[in-house]
Amino acid sequence: MSDKRLVVVGDGMVGRRFLEAIAERDPSWDVTVLAEEPRPAYDRVRLSAFFDGVSAEELSLATELPGVDVRLSEPATAIDRAARAVRTERGEYAYDKLVLATGSAAFVPPVEGAGLDGVFVYRTIEDLEAIKARAEGRRHGVVIGGGLLGLEAANALRLLGLETQIVEFAPWLMARQLDEAGGGVLKQHIEKLGIDVACSTGGTRIEQAGDRLLMETNVEGLAFDTDLIVFAAGVRPRDQLARDCGLEVGERGGITTDTACQTSDPDVYAIGEVAAMEGVCYGLVAPGYTMAEVVADRLAGGEATFPGADLSTKLKLLGVDVAQFGAMDGPLATTYLDPAEGLYAKLILSDDAQTLLGGMLVGNAEPYPLLRASVGGPVPAQLADLLSSGEVEAGLPDAAQVCSCNAVTKGDIMGAIHDGCTDVGALKDCTRAGTGCGSCVPMLGQLLAEGGVEVSTSVCEHFTQSRAELFDIVKVTGIATFSELIARYGTGAGCDLCKPAVASILASLGGGHILDGEQAALQDTNDHFLANLQRNGTYSVVPRIPGGEITPDKLIVIGEVARDFGLYTKITGGQRIDMFGARVDDLPNIWRRLVDAGFESGHAYGKALRTVKSCVGTDWCRYGVQDSVKMAIDLELRYRGLRSPHKLKSAVSGCARECAEARGKDFGVIGTENGWNLYVGGNGGFTPRHADLLLADVDSATLVRTIDRFLMFYISTADRLQRTSKWVEALDGGIDYLREVIVDDRLGICGELDALMAEHVANYADEWKGVLDDPEKLQRFVSFVNAPDTPDPSIEFETVRGQQFPAATTDRSHTGPVLLGIPERKYQ
Amino acid sequence: MEAICAFDRLIPGRGAAALLADGTQIAVFRLPDDSLFALSNRDPFTGANVMSRGIVGDRGGEPTVASPLLKQVFSLKSGRCLDDGGTALEVFAVEVVDGEVRVGADVRAAVLWPEPPPCRCDRTRKRPSRRSPATPSR
Repeated sequence: MSDKRLVVVGDGMVGRRFLEAIAERDPSWDVTVLAEEPRPAYDRVRLSAFFDGVSAEELSLATELPGVDVRLSEPATAIDRAARAVRTERGEYAYDKLVLATGSAAFVPPVEGAGLDGVFVYRTIEDLEAIKARAEGRRHGVVIGGGLLGLEAANALRLLGLETQIVEFAPWLMARQLDEAGGGVLKQHIEKLGIDVACSTGGTRIEQAGDRLLMETNVEGLAFDTDLIVFAAGVRPRDQLARDCGLEVGERGGITTDTACQTSDPDVYAIGEVAAMEGVCYGLVAPGYTMAEVVADRLAGGEATFPGADLSTKLKLLGVDVAQFGAMDGPLATTYLDPAEGLYAKLILSDDAQTLLGGMLVGNAEPYPLLRASVGGPVPAQLADLLSSGEVEAGLPDAAQVCSCNAVTKGDIMGAIHDGCTDVGALKDCTRAGTGCGSCVPMLGQLLAEGGVEVSTSVCEHFTQSRAELFDIVKVTGIATFSELIARYGTGAGCDLCKPAVASILASLGGGHILDGEQAALQDTNDHFLANLQRNGTYSVVPRIPGGEITPDKLIVIGEVARDFGLYTKITGGQRIDMFGARVDDLPNIWRRLVDAGFESGHAYGKALRTVKSCVGTDWCRYGVQDSVKMAIDLELRYRGLRSPHKLKSAVSGCARECAEARGKDFGVIGTENGWNLYVGGNGGFTPRHADLLLADVDSATLVRTIDRFLMFYISTADRLQRTSKWVEALDGGIDYLREVIVDDRLGICGELDALMAEHVANYADEWKGVLDDPEKLQRFVSFVNAPDTPDPSIEFETVRGQQFPAATTDRSHTGPVLLGIPERKYQ
Repeated sequence: MEAICAFDRLIPGRGAAALLADGTQIAVFRLPDDSLFALSNRDPFTGANVMSRGIVGDRGGEPTVASPLLKQVFSLKSGRCLDDGGTALEVFAVEVVDGEVRVGADVRAAVLWPEPPPCRCDRTRKRPSRRSPATPSR
């Protein structure tokens, strides 16, 4: 038997980090993991995202660890140090070295009634599932605790649609990170969101009142009548196993360790929140990760020690940025307070005001990465400048730590840039910076710029301008042709990047039929033939079916057309029907039949509005609260034909069950008891993203007006081929800024956006009909200019499952590419 | 040389497909300055006869057409693919006689190019400039 048997108790974030570290440093250990929870490690820091649509799978941190025996739902029950074995209910596991990573448990203050039904803690996915089940169909929740965890829990209840009350025993919120003024500004922000906050208040007794709970407090006359109560008032180390087997524990709990993470038994290590490192328990993940690395190094024969912890935190809670770094208190302080804007910042300085010792930020945490990295050195800039621009010249020394989660210095990052990293993703892969809490990611962008990496926004080699700049130029100058635009503002003849981009801009600004005059030459082949090019050179045809509602007669027409022209048919994801295999010369004939039956182009070929899906809504559905079909049809007809930087998809659901999947769309609408919720910036595809809530409970007119502005603001300012999801993320200030612009009219442009959309709606015309009515355009729809009636002979079909498919032989080999007489060479 | 259509049938800045008597499919492009180019209509990357439907333009002054399927860019003059130096479209001679466009075999198709074109792949395009670290522009 080898003497390298390693048992790890606990599979949380720190335990998992340890497993990865030991696998990397010394894979010769024979590792067994005993885990209490039924699922492998997950990201507890982002737990509230679970209520924001992020699934348990997405939160998972589980990785392939070959040879590691992970025993889920098998908690350790006892440690026998004499026999060097850990016991569970199912067996006994001998160890040579033991690592305890049992983490901590939620702290529940001794309140009478804390064990009643409807009272929860906030710690695991199971806790969250229980809270969610209880919240179903209920209205109000109380969170005990106004610290980091409490605000997370409050956010979770809010995402569940509950009216939320925070009860905090300390005199202000986040008392461990903020001073009184900072806590006050934070409270202001949170109350603005409709969450009630009671500080200097503690629950004294909870009793059942029918189906509800009644909580009395220490404040005379203050009691809360609520549906559920969540304790999120801190955590306590789970050190019972250690206590039972006689390991030394700290005065306030936690397993005592030295800086090597070794406990009073040299064969037993403790890491993470259960460890009392020289008597101190750390409730953050970063120090836990450091401990995991220390122990992995020790077990691999190294001599690492715990270097001390950076307790800096930055988080966005309930949409409010809060950050604290370095010391909380010191000889000198400079503060900035703007209650109207909800901003508070405080820097702690040495007594000669030359050295930054720490500080805190509420409402705007953009300077956080720079300030945190500057702790111990001079203050990088005036506080007011830092807050106003958010960006200053990052004159940091190379030794400054940029990513504290993974201990990456500026020097490491500049080295990686020098070695060829050119974007944030590459820096993350290369240095691990930014892969923990993510707060240093903006800093990485600045360092890339400092390292000479330029992120160009120019459209292509012919235009140095970005798409948004070209849009403004066209709008302001009224230039109506590509040739004039490139002559005045670009160089060369254009290309397949700038021509379609300009075609889209001209179309968005109302340039008539997209195949009129010189515009025809700018269009991508899909737009040029008003159909979607498929791999064998044929096209597919998609008529518009607004909202997915269609009469039986129209369904029959589609079936007849597909049959008569030999088209393969498929139902699309957007609630309409796609007909494949149409030859260029058949397109007008197909359209004629469809247009005569009352169809029009569905713009499936364009960077334009595609569909507005809907569920069946109030007319038929037992649960629907709004008429989603009617709204979807209205929206689809309003925005049909609208050209944009990329395709646009939408959906309308009639109730919160969300059958239309509206939150995966560029703009999604969900019916509520009181009206409509509007979500924007969702996406499916390669990088799925749930849309963000822009407006809640608005009437139909407000909804439509806001979508008008959202779309026109996007069309005016987005990059080429930038979907709304990336566009919203890239907006400085994100969804909140977007709301300020298109709801509060902060930039004073709403009138113009409204006018642009009104013009679009007034000038819409069906593009298919536009071709059918114009003999000059019609004559372009031939396979061969010298043989208009001959179809492309290379296109062949075969029948599979009763329909025609491109024949496997259509292609690829019979006339191979022209080979040039040059030897094969790599041009790298 | 084989007549295919009237010059006026071609749209400036776009291509059109033609079927030659021997069954060859070619793509004829009329540029905005009324110059003409004729190449094989077959996209060598997919095998589909679609090159005539691509967008024309220029790269560094060289007149080009981009495949409408997977967007590789080809020189209209040499037929060479500028994104993949080992591939090219066959080039045809083209002329206008009495307002009519005529095409035929082109002797240039046999020419061997001495140097491969510069690589246009992402890696070279995105590589950071090596100039000394400058202060950020903002």
